[in-house]
Amino acid sequence: MELWYALVDLLPFAWAEHGSMFFMKNALLAILVISPLFGLLSTMIVQAKMSFFSDALGHSAFAGIAIGALCGLSAPTWSAVILAVVFALLFSLVRHKSNLASDTVIGVFSSTAVALGIFLSTLGGSSFTKFNSLLVGDILSVSPTQIALLAVILLAVVLLWIFALNHLTLSAIHPALADSRGVNLLLVDTLFNCTVAVVVTLSMTWVGLLMINSLLILPGAMARNISKSMKQYTLFSVLGAIVAGIAGLMLSYYIGSSTGASITLVLSVLFLVTFLFRKKRL
Amino acid sequence: MNKPMKHPNCSTGCHGSCCLRVQDLTVVRGEDTLLDQVSFHMHCGELIALIGPNGAGKSTLFKSLLGQYDYTGTITYQTAAGKQMKPRIGYVPQSPAFDAGDPVTVLDLFTTAISNYPVFLPTPKKLKKKVLSCLARVNGEALLHKRVGALSGGELQRVLLAMALEPVPNILILDEPTSGVDIAGERQLLDLLDEIRSKYDLSILLSTHDFATIQEVDKVMLLKKRVLRQGPPKLVLSSPEFKHLFPGDPMRGGEMR
Repeated sequence: MELWYALVDLLPFAWAEHGSMFFMKNALLAILVISPLFGLLSTMIVQAKMSFFSDALGHSAFAGIAIGALCGLSAPTWSAVILAVVFALLFSLVRHKSNLASDTVIGVFSSTAVALGIFLSTLGGSSFTKFNSLLVGDILSVSPTQIALLAVILLAVVLLWIFALNHLTLSAIHPALADSRGVNLLLVDTLFNCTVAVVVTLSMTWVGLLMINSLLILPGAMARNISKSMKQYTLFSVLGAIVAGIAGLMLSYYIGSSTGASITLVLSVLFLVTFLFRKKRL
Repeated sequence: MNKPMKHPNCSTGCHGSCCLRVQDLTVVRGEDTLLDQVSFHMHCGELIALIGPNGAGKSTLFKSLLGQYDYTGTITYQTAAGKQMKPRIGYVPQSPAFDAGDPVTVLDLFTTAISNYPVFLPTPKKLKKKVLSCLARVNGEALLHKRVGALSGGELQRVLLAMALEPVPNILILDEPTSGVDIAGERQLLDLLDEIRSKYDLSILLSTHDFATIQEVDKVMLLKKRVLRQGPPKLVLSSPEFKHLFPGDPMRGGEMR
């Protein structure tokens, strides 16, 4: 962290002054870790048309936190991670073993999770307001340990990308073809779903439940406007996420708005611009 | 019209003696019997067309051969030397609908399918060369950097065919290869298949609704859960079973009318 603080001190901003505003410097580092993470995942969420699924994961994570809080856990995030992973596993299984359309399956899981979360968190007449911070998120409260955890996850996702992206891509664009070439669809699907589950849950506290899905969709959606190959797609999605992350943080600092919302708005603008200037399709 | 079973140009000199033997293949899913005691064999160099109405079990038969469905009965494959082995099957799926907006080029598609090299990193020269040589088998080198969503029906079939040929299989299966392909593309595809079967010493099994194209194949199988009729095209197309299933236009059948 010392190295990071020393580096940031070189920046020409008021908050970058030596020995002060550590929360802002932490937040900047967290953004630099989270945004490429979301940029990568986003490419595949959009490619595999799973935006509804990632949305539902956030909901199940919320139920998990409510359960954790009810059981008196000091860190309900971990109960949320477990519940989200269970949700992801169940979802993969149901989708592979039944004929139900996946949006119906997700809808069933998602609504159950939200209802359960609200039911448990308001049990015995307790107030819902203590969960408000989860809905909006607060990146400024991120601690160095949590950044380290996020960095480990980023590393894991990069490894997943190196070893499994080929199979992920092939099964996203043509499942039957992937199957005939020996891709284990259930395994690949489950691996990816669980990864998204863990990432969504762990970053929910910082980004906010209401905003997290936009971060999972917008970078990929934006990159698709201007990409012709998988290389460009990945590059633009990650770059776009980082640029929007930094710009959104600055914006929220100088005008005092929610960071998650600011990042999302910057991404929306990027989407609009790339949409207007999208390359003529070859 | 009928070509001999043996293919004279075959480089390995197998003379059609390797054989895929399907015996009493039955597939039951839930309460439905999708395939009922289907039996046939095919030799290398042979081109067999599978015809039948929708829901006749053509795709089910393919999926059973690919090992994606559970079945009863036996599927055995014997090489020219008499060795029993699991055949390598190349599969060209039914007119795959690629999202027109997918940022996936033909090179990307090949990279994901034939290599372990992560598709989001710059392609190594060696891999690119390999993909080009695969595409050369279907005269498709020019398609390398095209997006799969932007390919015409015929181009897409050729690209998928090139993928199915890497590595070169013992048996090539094509599910409705001519649907969504214009007449010129269809001619090109059929000539290509003809060339490939003798060059690479493999048997080809394809399903089709386009009865005009099957005049040139070695054998036609008329399927409706069971094999109603199999034999030379002329014989099958003039059989009472065929006329019963496809009354009217003798050249076009099923939903294509």
